[in-house]
Amino acid sequence: MASITMTDLVKAYGDVEVLHHIEGDIHDGEFVVIVGPSGCGKSTLLRMVAGLERVTSGDISIGDKVVNDLEPADRDIAMVFQNYALYPHMSVRENMAYGLKIRKFAKDEIDRRVQEAADILEIGQYLDRKPRQLSGGQRQRVAMGRAIVRNPQVFLFDEPLSNLDAKLRVQMRLEIRKLQKRLGVTSIYVTHDQVEAMTLGDRLMVLNGGYVEQFGTPIELYDRPATLFVAGFIGSPSMNFLPATANSGTLTLGNGATVSGAAHASGSVTLGIRPEHLVRDENGPVRISAQMFEQLGANTLVHGVLEGTDTDVVASLPGHVTAEAGSVMSFKASASDLHIFDSTSGKRIEE
Amino acid sequence: MIENRPILNMVSHAVLIFGVIIVALPIWITFVASTHDPVRMTQAPIPMLPGGYFWENFKQTLFGGGLSGTESAPVWRMLINSLMMALMISFGKIAISLLSAFAIVYFKFPFRMGFFWLIFITLMLPVEVRILPTFEVVADLGMLNSYWGLSIPLIASATATFMFRQVFLTIPDEMLESARIDGAGPLRFFWDILIPLSRTNIAALFVILFIYGWNQYLWPLLITTETDMTTIVMSIKQMLEAAEQSPQWNIIMMTALLAMIPPVFVVVAMQRLFVQGLTETDK
Ligand SMILES: Nc1ncnc2c1ncn2[C@@H]1O[C@H](COP(=O)(O)OP(=O)(O)OP(=O)(O)O)[C@@H](O)[C@H]1O
Ligand SMILES: [Mg+2]
Repeated sequence: MASITMTDLVKAYGDVEVLHHIEGDIHDGEFVVIVGPSGCGKSTLLRMVAGLERVTSGDISIGDKVVNDLEPADRDIAMVFQNYALYPHMSVRENMAYGLKIRKFAKDEIDRRVQEAADILEIGQYLDRKPRQLSGGQRQRVAMGRAIVRNPQVFLFDEPLSNLDAKLRVQMRLEIRKLQKRLGVTSIYVTHDQVEAMTLGDRLMVLNGGYVEQFGTPIELYDRPATLFVAGFIGSPSMNFLPATANSGTLTLGNGATVSGAAHASGSVTLGIRPEHLVRDENGPVRISAQMFEQLGANTLVHGVLEGTDTDVVASLPGHVTAEAGSVMSFKASASDLHIFDSTSGKRIEE
Repeated sequence: MIENRPILNMVSHAVLIFGVIIVALPIWITFVASTHDPVRMTQAPIPMLPGGYFWENFKQTLFGGGLSGTESAPVWRMLINSLMMALMISFGKIAISLLSAFAIVYFKFPFRMGFFWLIFITLMLPVEVRILPTFEVVADLGMLNSYWGLSIPLIASATATFMFRQVFLTIPDEMLESARIDGAGPLRFFWDILIPLSRTNIAALFVILFIYGWNQYLWPLLITTETDMTTIVMSIKQMLEAAEQSPQWNIIMMTALLAMIPPVFVVVAMQRLFVQGLTETDK
């Protein structure tokens, strides 16, 4: 088992820098999810840890060893790829045993480990099949099996569930989580799906355009997003952003309405309120002209604009709510649910 | 098609049968000719039905001096020569082109694309074009009248290199990466993963190359002077010219028949892999 440390890590392809000075400590046994939009550099970062991409500058250590120049095979890691990358001409058993065979393990030790992994993943009856004779979910398990037989210090996952259907994805997500807890292996998991990230990770590293926006627990990210980007990325439906002017504890919205709170800020700011934190109140300051209602069963999403402006606002209300399109609904939000961001830098303004 | 149109059916069958006749008739005549005695073959309407001399002709052709009145090698010797040449060419070509495609696709070295294009333009230089310089080189190396001389100059193959390059390019990068994580070095990856994954392509190529090697005419003609080294394909032509009297069709046709057997055997034996190799895309 091992911790992973990234120090001032930079990756450039030619002149184009795609990862900028990444810092991060991953503790022994921790499950860290790297999350961000497409093209932000998640896979690149993971592949640098794996040793499949060279480090441009900075250091990666696994345990207390700097691994920058080690071959993937010498880093004691295992990786699960998005398309599984199983060897099509080998049976499931051979696929799982291949890495051990190369490392010259004894035959019975290999058999024992393959059997053990197969039991954990419940793929015992497929051991003699070829990958093409398996369903997507089963291939996924084999890919995991190939990772766990090696008993590595670190698991790396690159969007391993994105080829599965929604239901299977939820199920496999839980299984990966359980498996990781049971084996206690330090893991890095890449995904662009924020729900997957929130449910899986002990901590999340939010990447955007090659920068780490925030690195913290799911709850920290939800309760105290450090930037506008994180605030908008985490949580579904995503946070409402309202331009506002702060002045000694009062926020004046675009339509002149005032909300009290944010005594620590002044000048032009962006007020963030999550849809689920807008509570209906006849005298509430946030007045929305509703345009559309989405019934989700347990709750209803009200889509509209802030009255008198064209700022889009979404509110999530419990139960079934119906009203005329065009009618105005009033909401309030408690002071602790208001997030204040600097409008120019996008950074959270701390109390 | 599941349409039921009797006229169309008849027409298409007629076309098919006509095609079969065009292809099969010469072979049938070859076979028939190889079963008659020499005298019968010189008489006017050539026979269309087999005669009773098959075994005699067979023995005389395969083990005897072949054509009477000349001193050519027995045909079994030529068969072995042809077989050696065809096998050395096809195995040599496959081995060399697998390795060069592997280098071009998986290794980054200076002028990589330059080398690729160099190999590629040799497509424009088949043996016939470079035959004199090649002969000179082979003669200087003392490889005239040897299996090496017969096969080595024909081994370099741009077509096969190009084909394997395309095959390797369809193998996803993750395959290499997961092999690297598993600890496989380059040769191990080549041997354990690339070769098995190109199995069907190798088989398809083998069939094509074997026939290519077997049918070589000009090159063996040029570099073999000893009768012991003649190949069967060139000997058929020589038999036609050699005899001072009229050609001994029964022997010549028997030789032709024997010359057909190994390629047919290779095609039939490899048929399944051959078709897979040319059509399979699933990696
Ligand atoms: N070999 C390369 N050469 C040049 N640029 C590259 C190369 N590989 C990746 N990039 C660039 O690096 C950036 C990060 O790519 P990366 O694959 O890490 O994105 P990602 O976050 O994994 O995206 P996705 O969610 O779509 O997989 C992208 O802008 C991409 O264009
Ligand atoms: Mg990616």
